Amino acid sequence: MIRSIWLRPSVVVSLLVIVVVASWALFPGVFASHDPLAGSPGEALQPPSGAHWFGTDATGRDLFSRVVAGSVHSLTGGAAAVTIGCVTGTTMGIVAGAVGGIVDDILMRIVDVLLAIPGLLLALSVVILLGFGTTNAAIAVGVTSVATFARLARSQVVEVRATDYVEAAFGSGGSFGSVLVRHIVPNSMAPVVALVALQFGSAILQIATLGFLGYGAPPPTPEWGLLIAEGRDYLATAWWLTTLPGAVVAAVVLATKGLSTTLRKVLG
Amino acid sequence: MYVLRRIGQAVLVVFIAFTATFLLMQALPGDGILARYESPDLGLTPAQIEELRVLYGADEPIWRQYLTTLGNFLTGDFGTSIQTGADVSELVVTALPATVVLAGTGFLLAVVVAVPLAGLATFGPFGWLQSLMRSVPALFVSIPAFWLAIMLIQIFSFRLGWVPVIGAEGLQALILPALTISVPISAPLAQVLIRSLDEVLDRPFVGVVRARGASEWWLLWRNVAKNALIPAITIAGVLFGELVAGAVITEEVFGRTGLGSLTVDAVGNRDIPVIQAVVVLTSIGFVVINLIIDLLYPVIDPRLRRAKA
Repeated sequence: MIRSIWLRPSVVVSLLVIVVVASWALFPGVFASHDPLAGSPGEALQPPSGAHWFGTDATGRDLFSRVVAGSVHSLTGGAAAVTIGCVTGTTMGIVAGAVGGIVDDILMRIVDVLLAIPGLLLALSVVILLGFGTTNAAIAVGVTSVATFARLARSQVVEVRATDYVEAAFGSGGSFGSVLVRHIVPNSMAPVVALVALQFGSAILQIATLGFLGYGAPPPTPEWGLLIAEGRDYLATAWWLTTLPGAVVAAVVLATKGLSTTLRKVLG
Repeated sequence: MYVLRRIGQAVLVVFIAFTATFLLMQALPGDGILARYESPDLGLTPAQIEELRVLYGADEPIWRQYLTTLGNFLTGDFGTSIQTGADVSELVVTALPATVVLAGTGFLLAVVVAVPLAGLATFGPFGWLQSLMRSVPALFVSIPAFWLAIMLIQIFSFRLGWVPVIGAEGLQALILPALTISVPISAPLAQVLIRSLDEVLDRPFVGVVRARGASEWWLLWRNVAKNALIPAITIAGVLFGELVAGAVITEEVFGRTGLGSLTVDAVGNRDIPVIQAVVVLTSIGFVVINLIIDLLYPVIDPRLRRAKA
């Protein structure tokens, strides 16, 4: 059963996309054919070809090499954002669900507020507070997923707490802390893992959006959103500058969403 | 009783949102007055800047500023834009209609896309078509909205020349931005519709209606659609958030004026009063939508009325 699900064509393609982009991030030198930052003015604005797979930009930089070099920003940014959201949110959710009472009320009102502000506005507010930049954009995106993780973790903990085996663990003399750590938390986390994969894709998308709006990495960093923003000035003449990096972002996000769906099925 | 508690909860959320934005903005190093007037180009002396700070009330203790701002918000006065010196309420009121038209059109388009999509995914003639339709929502949420906007401009304005790049007016100027907004909205809508159609079709009563000889169309209109539409209403709050985000991005890419471009400008200039107003207003929008849904739910679904009574 598990074997067959991982061999479905859509899952294989998703895994392949993620492996390729992860290897770009780990070994950019192997995949990038040119220096992502140094341009050769004689080769400016060339369409895609054998020598330049994704064409070149206005200063003659190889676009494919820039996309490869940008993968590390998107992947680490996405990972950082999800870590922030998952650790903060899950902790809040576990505490709220396990302790209950007024602590639960207070934490869940905070979650309500975080949910009431549209994600992009919340991220923009954090960006204003912290300033522009790669790290700050990742933190801003992380904050937007805190509420989602908190809600899920809390509902899981509340559900597991009500089960017979947890009651049995308490009955056989387990302290609150030990039952929480040994039984409640491990049995609550499977859906959280699937959410991590889902949020990772969304985080990459949101970081690219902040980069596009100019609040992420400063030029000439080859950040994916920024690449697309820079290509906007050449829409009429150089379609590849915006089309190809955007297609890469969409493919990566779609792949992580597909993987998340599969994880959810496997983890039940 | 339930209604009062629910309203109290909604007010509390907006109040916390207001307080949080106020505190966050206070935590900024320096303040808007300094950000705007400190530049040496303006040639203002420190004494003159101090006067401006007094004028804007930036020198008062925090709790006092908090109470003043809260009082002003309650009376619909959102303060003064640091960047332009204009009334924030006026800026918002001027920007709102364009954004409402854009978001409204985008939402309608999303419904027009999502309903047939869900229909084909559930009742489509071929298995491959059904599974294809089922994977469309995942694709729609994975496409960066800003990229989609650029692609639409590239295809319809530059390649096909159907929509002028500059100087488009009325409906012509609205169609590409509305299309951009509709794509990320239609995805969750279609997903919810597909899921609830699946659930409703699984229920025993569907078999009973079929056994009595009802045609598929009769079944769909009289029984299934009614039951399947209710869950779709619950995600209205989420869709509202998506519409706001969509407005920010599309107004920026298409160079439209509205609430979204107002927000982007305010972020660039660290125009705190404007951001605070936009955040508080959207949280009010979200809370009110969810409140209405919660209160309307028993009206729409008679089963819930009986459960509560």
